[in-house]
Amino acid sequence: MSSTRCAVCKYFRRRCPSDCVFAPCFPPDNPQRFTCVHRIYGASNIGKMLEELPMHLRVDAVDSLYYEAKWRIQEPVYGCVGIISSLHRQIHIAQTQLAKARAETAFLRANVVAAKTMPSSGEFMAQQNSIDNGLDDQSNPWFY
Amino acid sequence: MGSGSSPCASCKLLRRRCAKDCIFAPYFPPDDPHKFAIVHKVFGASNVSKMLQELPVHQRADAVSSLVYEANARMRDPVYGCVGAISYLQNQVSQLQMQLAVAQAEILCIQMQQEPELPTTHHPTMVDCDAKSLLLSGSNTSDFSDQMPQFLSYTSSNNNVIQDPLKRESLWT
Repeated sequence: MSSTRCAVCKYFRRRCPSDCVFAPCFPPDNPQRFTCVHRIYGASNIGKMLEELPMHLRVDAVDSLYYEAKWRIQEPVYGCVGIISSLHRQIHIAQTQLAKARAETAFLRANVVAAKTMPSSGEFMAQQNSIDNGLDDQSNPWFY
Repeated sequence: MGSGSSPCASCKLLRRRCAKDCIFAPYFPPDDPHKFAIVHKVFGASNVSKMLQELPVHQRADAVSSLVYEANARMRDPVYGCVGAISYLQNQVSQLQMQLAVAQAEILCIQMQQEPELPTTHHPTMVDCDAKSLLLSGSNTSDFSDQMPQFLSYTSSNNNVIQDPLKRESLWT
């Protein structure tokens, strides 16, 4: 029996054996960690889950169970699934924006190439500028 | 159940009489025993019953759907469950945001290169810019650092996220 009981054995007011499956994952100085997961999953289910895992992965497993339990307590209807849904939406929006930006880049590049291959592009730009500047001038034949 | 027909999946699995007001019956029909089996394995029937009892009736269907989703995720990945999926998706979001920033910097670069008749005494980097240098000079690259702070911050910043309704067609597949 360990001299200090783990949080689980303290909660159940029982002896904590030296091979307690919970002890490495539920230290006595953090009782909330166990009460949280116990409320959602139950100690028995947690014990079964841990026994099916290799020792070096059990702490990570309890960490993730703890986060999911916390989210479920905060949000009883959707739990952490609400976050997953939101992330899917964010991904969809980002993909759409990225596709749009890449299309714009391709379009701009095509314009650059077209401008470079046009003869007398300088004259053309000069004419274009004068047209644009003259649009507000009523005496300009382009004004209508 | 309620109508004398076959017991719901939960009462079948638990081998008990399915009462008229069985809390599981509306959500665990007898033709899908796997659905309850997986939820029972991860959460336990008693815990699921308590969770459903604490919710108004109109929210229980969504709650069951999310519990089934979480249970499935936990069965697929017994160590990380849904948390693994969240971490993966956050990483995807970060990568997409980075790609978007690069694409937007490229657009800016091309537009700057097309600026008509810049003075020759103008700063040479304005003409010779490339997307990466523009991105690094203007943006905060620390946004793309370690995933864990973003992940951990969900517990405090998720209120607006969770208020959004869950789109069944995008998630329950």
